Amino acid sequence: MRFHLSEDQRALRAGVRELLARRFNAEALRAAVERPGLDRALWRELGEAGFFALRLPEADGGVGLGLPEAVLVFEEAGRVLLPGPLIATHLAAGTVPGAAAGEAVVADVDGGLVEWLAEADVVRGGGTPLPRPEEAVPLRSVDPLTPLHRWTGAETWPCDPVGVLLTAAEQLGTATRACELAVQHARTREQFGQPIGAFQAIKHLCADMLVRAETARAAVYAAAVTADALDIAAARLLADEAALRSTRDCLQVHGGMGFTWESEVHLHLKRAWVRAERGGGVTESEECLAAELVD
Amino acid sequence: MDLTDTPEEQEFRARLREWLAIVLPTLPPKPSPDDWPGRRAHDLGWQRMLYDAGYAGLHWPADAGGRGATPTQHLIFLEETERAGAPYVGAGFVGLLHAGPTIAAEGTAGQRARWLPPILRGEEVWCQGFSEPDAGSDLAALRTRARRDGDDYVVNGSKIWTSHAEVADWCELLVRTDPAATKHRGITWLALPMDTPGVTVRPLRTLAGSAEFAEVFLDEVRVPVANRVGDENDGWRVTMVTLAFERGTAFVGEVVACRRVLGELAREARRTGRWDDPVLRRRLGRLNAEFRALWRLTQWNVSEAQASGRVPGVGGSVFKLRYSHARQELYDAAADVLGDAALDLDRPWVLDRLSSLSYTIAAGTSQIQHNIVAERILGLPKGR
Repeated sequence: MRFHLSEDQRALRAGVRELLARRFNAEALRAAVERPGLDRALWRELGEAGFFALRLPEADGGVGLGLPEAVLVFEEAGRVLLPGPLIATHLAAGTVPGAAAGEAVVADVDGGLVEWLAEADVVRGGGTPLPRPEEAVPLRSVDPLTPLHRWTGAETWPCDPVGVLLTAAEQLGTATRACELAVQHARTREQFGQPIGAFQAIKHLCADMLVRAETARAAVYAAAVTADALDIAAARLLADEAALRSTRDCLQVHGGMGFTWESEVHLHLKRAWVRAERGGGVTESEECLAAELVD
Repeated sequence: MDLTDTPEEQEFRARLREWLAIVLPTLPPKPSPDDWPGRRAHDLGWQRMLYDAGYAGLHWPADAGGRGATPTQHLIFLEETERAGAPYVGAGFVGLLHAGPTIAAEGTAGQRARWLPPILRGEEVWCQGFSEPDAGSDLAALRTRARRDGDDYVVNGSKIWTSHAEVADWCELLVRTDPAATKHRGITWLALPMDTPGVTVRPLRTLAGSAEFAEVFLDEVRVPVANRVGDENDGWRVTMVTLAFERGTAFVGEVVACRRVLGELAREARRTGRWDDPVLRRRLGRLNAEFRALWRLTQWNVSEAQASGRVPGVGGSVFKLRYSHARQELYDAAADVLGDAALDLDRPWVLDRLSSLSYTIAAGTSQIQHNIVAERILGLPKGR
């Protein structure tokens, strides 16, 4: 058993982190919030870096890597709140022309919702033919960086377990980032003459964030290795919990500042909410894990 | 990332399984929790079987008489023995997981030769004299004094929460040898023979009704200086060398056991019709996710430890925080499955539910673990 990351996997993670730090840092995130819309240049750059073709065989022009590598990449995307229908396009690589290279933007109908419909070149849904786009109603999305349409007429694109797992990886990235932001703030923000991180009440919130992230990490990475449906369901539950609760705790640690639009904390929290609605929802995952117990 | 066994690990697992299938049916029945001599004999008998088969001290270094197994092999051992329903380490816990590794790491050649083989052979039981009535979580605030008198230390004070004290041969004892020093300095690690005059053991009843641990009173107890492991006043460092073991791997087998209990609960719920309640079903489904994740976290910690060559360390605190809480949730769910039968001490899981309350207290309370995680992993400042 060699569950820890290989040298190549560490290098891949470092490379992706470096690319994203260069191309989508905190200022770019803020700018994206002010000017909504998909950055096509960034999308093509992600395509060139292999973001979408990561799991395509090399013979088909892909990178030829596996699910564990994809999970590491999407965890990094989650950390920086990279916008766009990343997972739908990744899943479409090799099927939809241009998706692998980042030339095409692909959106999936998931339940009654579609993310990034107006920016998509291709929309995939379970029913054929697809309902007409004018039947989709735009929502005032809670997440300023994820435009949403409600499209109840569409049949749901069958929920791809890989999509569920990659969403869990994004949630893991967000949970990790929430912990980092909270710790950073707790170390520097002073109240009552000392850093608030010296108070146990703050310390324990931060420790819980780390515990959630690390537990979710083990579950997500293991599911990436086994690709087992139950492991994926478990990863999803743990990663959702980590992202939802830790972004909330991160906001709490930031106090009033965390409640402002200026802080980036709310963006993490809102994206975590959006992701938690994907892929059949929590109930389905809980029921399938319950069913296993009596099988 | 790879979760499959290497060929060597496969072979190790297969041989262990084969051996367990042969020896477990020959084991005598488990004695009742209140039968201390019976429990001692049972646990030591099992240790002797492990010794004879070459499985004693699996994770100990070879020069300490162990097998020098990799952390992964140790994990496989704990997983397979639990799966097969083998006895827990029981009375051997402190010797095998704490005092033994401490002596192996810090003891002299003579001390290793005297104390380690009887632990491995299942001949001597150790208990842990760390906690005190007025110290508890603030372990370093201990007040039991030892003054030097010729070739002996003379010890006065008392210890508490000492598991297996009634049947222990030895106690790993922390004493204060320099009262003037700051609280982490001035502590010394001694091996105390439990039959020394002046040692009194008073069993303590737990809320589960059994005598799991005891108070130990020390009145002018003479311990030879030769029984000191490490230097005088260096006991805190000696202790910290091995505390990580307790938090790192002590609960591995229990996670496997919890997963088994969860399956039993689900089948019981289906038998009684409680399974039709979606709230209960989803709760058990979530617990399934929880214990799967805890098992993966164990594998992650062990794999990281193996790759870095270190013991699990503070990562053990992360695991312990989550696990101790999950275990309590599991038995609360059991009570939900049982309904009013959860008030009947003769029903399965009810005593376990009571015992689970100790998990967020023993081996460092959850509050202490939170501080350890926050200060030592996340680097938050210490409070004043």
